[in-house]
Amino acid sequence: MTGEKLAQRNYYGKALAELAATNPNVVVIDADLAGSTKTSDFQKVCPERFVEVGIAEANMIGIAAGLAASGKTVFASTFGVFATGRCWEQVRLAVAYPKTNVKIVATHCGISVGEDGASHQALEDMAIMRALPNMVVVAPADAYEAFAATKVLAAYDGPAYMRMGRADFPTILDENVEFVIGKATVLVEGSDVTIVGCGQMVSSCLEAAERLMAEGISAEVINMSTIKPLDRETLIESVSKTGCCVTAEEHSIIGGLGSAVAEALCDTTCVPLERVGTKDTFGESGKPDDLMQKYGLTTADIVEAAKKSISRK
Amino acid sequence: MTEYTLAELENIANKLRLHVVEMTYAARSGHPGGSLSAADMMSALYFSFMKHDPKNPSWEDRDRFVLSKGHVAPVLYAALAESGYFPVEDLLSLRKIGSKLQGHPVCGKVPGVEMSTGSLGQGLSMACGIALAGKMDGKDYKTICMLGDGELQEGQNWEAAMFAKQYGLTNLIAIVDRNRLQITGDTEKAVGLEPLPEKWKAFGWNVIIIDGHNMRQILEALDKAANARTRPTVIIMKTIKGKGVSFMENNAGFHGKACNDEEQAIAVDELRAVIQ
Repeated sequence: MTGEKLAQRNYYGKALAELAATNPNVVVIDADLAGSTKTSDFQKVCPERFVEVGIAEANMIGIAAGLAASGKTVFASTFGVFATGRCWEQVRLAVAYPKTNVKIVATHCGISVGEDGASHQALEDMAIMRALPNMVVVAPADAYEAFAATKVLAAYDGPAYMRMGRADFPTILDENVEFVIGKATVLVEGSDVTIVGCGQMVSSCLEAAERLMAEGISAEVINMSTIKPLDRETLIESVSKTGCCVTAEEHSIIGGLGSAVAEALCDTTCVPLERVGTKDTFGESGKPDDLMQKYGLTTADIVEAAKKSISRK
Repeated sequence: MTEYTLAELENIANKLRLHVVEMTYAARSGHPGGSLSAADMMSALYFSFMKHDPKNPSWEDRDRFVLSKGHVAPVLYAALAESGYFPVEDLLSLRKIGSKLQGHPVCGKVPGVEMSTGSLGQGLSMACGIALAGKMDGKDYKTICMLGDGELQEGQNWEAAMFAKQYGLTNLIAIVDRNRLQITGDTEKAVGLEPLPEKWKAFGWNVIIIDGHNMRQILEALDKAANARTRPTVIIMKTIKGKGVSFMENNAGFHGKACNDEEQAIAVDELRAVIQ
């Protein structure tokens, strides 16, 4: 079911490089991390529309907003912690409030950043971006969807935040996957439990569904690649059938996908919900796989959560 | 565009001051002190220096103005209304529910407001982005950013100052309203800014120091800034907070407070007496 391991950021860079040729309004701005965020791929082919601000994220967001107010479609990139937390109030005033056409695209999100430790592991980014009015929040499931989403965001006129991981991880979607803002996809149909994932956790959700199937449990898997606006229709339709739900994200269970789904269920169809994510804690240094295990973000954790959710029906 | 004499520009500045006092009185809140200190410069910008068209606020070759010290929105709204962006009568809706004239400026809501501001320290970054876009597009418009002096305690300004120098933003003009007062009082007793000109020079900017209530000096400084060849320019204008209303002058108490009934009568009398 899963394909080769690819890093989302490489496909982000690839999409930007293509946009350099096709969209003369696109400007890319980075804060000393172009080699890591892969905006360097754009810089190589379009240096005249690449802006290096140095290590100054707050300034980067203000400049991005000024460029956007002058007709540019701006992609502003750095690591997740700095792209959201370091300049949250700048994003609020200069991007979200006036709806400027700025896409904040962060790499190195989640605990799988690994050895750099908690200072660099964004586990609250979706929560704080989702709280901003007018902000679209996207977490693509793999490199192919990151590529597609970058193109779609370039064509979307308004503020958006997209998060990606650092590491290579399995591709699960078709190379030509279509991404639509606010549209979730049912990847596997099932009848006993709905498993909703975003980002690299979607591949673990698919593995979890296979393991559950082996135990006679039929799980439906949804790729919720847009966290805001949440595709409530697809979610509610699924849980109306399965009667219980699990969310899985490489993010705190506070404020991200788990919270967004809880809010939607609360407003409409109350069913048992188990949230897989970090449990109100910071991360630490270590190998990505070891960290995913220690902080409860593995396939086994999703399987266990599914069973618990079913038992609460 | 009409060419105004120095005396006419001074007169317009006093009209803006009267609007500020009337707007904030009607709102029972707002920031008159820093609005009054900036009024002469606002008159010079909107009625002499800037290329702009009130009938076409999105004209792509217009000069852009960013009010980083967004709390002095009243004087910006007054300048926009007097220029013809919207009716002068609308000014009295300042800060009222449903009004386009929010307590701090919002772009998209008010014709002529380029960027949303109000949280201090962010306007210069935005202005850098606008100026950079102008360079990228080969446009010759100017971007003017007005900053408060206390606001320079925000570190983001200095990130922007470094950036402007690095990218050779000669089309960017920063104006510092150096009225020396912030909410807690003397800027130098809060966290001192001096030596302020040397700071900007060290960041690679041209520095022009003027009396911000001398119209001739204001126009000359803007003209000089507009002809910068290698560096961005900052005009540090020495001003009096509350200028034009006797009891507000050099009074930090009127940073963010409107007149009461008694004070209002005096303020209006004083300003009407100097308006032709």
